[in-house]
Amino acid sequence: MSNHVKALAVAGAVAAAVASTAAPAQAAGKEKCYGVALAGENDCKAGPGTTCAGTSTVDYQGNAFKLVPAGTCESMELPGNRKGSLTELERDIPS
Amino acid sequence: MLDITKHPAPGLPDSPGVGYKPQHYADIMADPGPVGWLEIHAENYMGDGGRPLAQLHHLAERFPISVHGVGLSIGGEGPLDKAHLARLRHLCDWLKPASFSEHLAWSTHESAYLNDLIALPYTRATLTRVSDHISEVQDVLGRQMLLENPSSYLAFAESTMSETDFLAEVVQRTGCGLLLDVNNVFVSATNLATGPQDYIDAFPLEHVGEFHLGGHDEDHDDTGAPLLIDSHGCETADPVWALLDYTLARSGPRPTLIEWDNNVPEWPVLAAEAARAASRLARVAA
Amino acid sequence: MSHAHDQARFATAILDPEVPPPAGLAAPDGRPAGKRFDVYRNNVIVSLSEALKAGFPVICRLVGDEFFQAMAGIYVRAHLPKSPIMSQFGGEFPGFLAEFEPVAQLPYLPDIARLELALRQSYHAADAPPLAPETLQALPPETLLSARFAFAPAMRLLRSEWPVHAIWQANAQGGPAGSAGQQDGTGKPSGPEDVLICRPGFDPEPRLLPAGGAAFITAALAGNPLEAALDKATQEAGAFDLAATLGLLLAGGCLTRIIIKETQ
Repeated sequence: MSNHVKALAVAGAVAAAVASTAAPAQAAGKEKCYGVALAGENDCKAGPGTTCAGTSTVDYQGNAFKLVPAGTCESMELPGNRKGSLTELERDIPS
Repeated sequence: MLDITKHPAPGLPDSPGVGYKPQHYADIMADPGPVGWLEIHAENYMGDGGRPLAQLHHLAERFPISVHGVGLSIGGEGPLDKAHLARLRHLCDWLKPASFSEHLAWSTHESAYLNDLIALPYTRATLTRVSDHISEVQDVLGRQMLLENPSSYLAFAESTMSETDFLAEVVQRTGCGLLLDVNNVFVSATNLATGPQDYIDAFPLEHVGEFHLGGHDEDHDDTGAPLLIDSHGCETADPVWALLDYTLARSGPRPTLIEWDNNVPEWPVLAAEAARAASRLARVAA
Repeated sequence: MSHAHDQARFATAILDPEVPPPAGLAAPDGRPAGKRFDVYRNNVIVSLSEALKAGFPVICRLVGDEFFQAMAGIYVRAHLPKSPIMSQFGGEFPGFLAEFEPVAQLPYLPDIARLELALRQSYHAADAPPLAPETLQALPPETLLSARFAFAPAMRLLRSEWPVHAIWQANAQGGPAGSAGQQDGTGKPSGPEDVLICRPGFDPEPRLLPAGGAAFITAALAGNPLEAALDKATQEAGAFDLAATLGLLLAGGCLTRIIIKETQ
């Protein structure tokens, strides 16, 4: 492909790319910009925040327990017929 | 040393404020109700941009902002984190907040951040350390800071001073102001089996630039004695409101914050807590 | 108790329940601290575990709440945050997941964690006004070939051996659980996926890149002109779709400037 032909092909691709952006997004109002996009979603995007509070939730480290997997990975079908599943997480810490 | 004794934290109004949560942005901008100012945690606004800083910019155009640090580890044995101090300076220079406050506690040990505000014993040695750190903060920020009393869950045999004497001495040495968390007073007094009103009586109220209120959880220790947890996950308890009344009668109205950090409710619930504070502040206003 | 290392002892006992609380801590009547010290243990471990969960909601959904909680307790003790800026917490989580035996059968987890980290970094990245698409279109064809691009600080690129975009989408908040993606029209994920994270406005959006797209962006990010980036992309994928890739970049506000060097 000569450089000129290549340039024309690229220009064509640019034109198509620009055209594809013409319709959506753009007009998002101030609310979307500064407000919260969707209830509950914002925190996940922001990640963890700080706290200056304590918790009355107890951490059970030190107690013996076995965990069986319970997430969506169990039903996730992946390439190579691999089913996602978790090995039992054993945390049997003698006290 | 800064001379601040005349009017601590002149920037915050003597009205209720709330701890700002992003999910309340639209409600606050639409109708803040009795809320006259907002408090943010400094460490949540140390990114480079995006929605958090844009929201804060817009909020600051309408409300006085109190910057409340949770990560400086002022009571830490090691030196203050200079990089973190520089970030605080950057935030304060940009935002020009009405107030800056931090905690009488430690949270970092050898660069590991524990994400909790841990109390320290009150001795001549810790007094010197805390005072030096506060002076350093005030020098770097170029402003007075308020120091907040912690929640205590246990007693330090090593302590040689009361918390109120310790705080009064820090104020003398550094010229800082104080943030009196009334819920923390109640939590600590219950946990340490002391009298919350005695604490208020001994507290140097003339240096208080802000009150905090928040909810606590009730638990029991190994022997069944009450153990209160400073969880900020529910309404402020009635005895804490009563203790606020007791305090306000002696101090007069001051900026009063509702903190709610866990199980954060819908805006109307928070606004109702702020309204409760507003009526109490109005009662003692001249 | 001696003074200099009080907080080291305190921190050690917080992190390891086998270690007794430091001496000199007591209930008001002088009894040992006991459960009172556990308040600090709970505050530290639970708050950091919850912070990890807030940062990796899709990982949590994939492995289940209870499993995640137990795993978080292990991660938190091994990788305490080095900064009080909690939005940066969890940077070592992908590497941890790659080594954590109980999730060895879920080899895509580290890349899902990388995707969640990248979304968070994008959310907090600096603002930059996007390039108006028309600016690009106005350039003469020959100039276009030698043009270089500056990219938005909020853009992130993730290349994976796994269908991470499909898995993420199926498990992100609001998405239907269970099935991972419809990329190949069979309801099954299609293998390796490259993801572009754009932030038009303030909300990061992961976009699936067409074949060769990641090679194009990687080359352009390294400072190569469009022509060289295009060559890289077509080397990797003969049918590279430049229009589709540029369309994603422009619509996502990923391009901020065109840099044109006078060559004559």
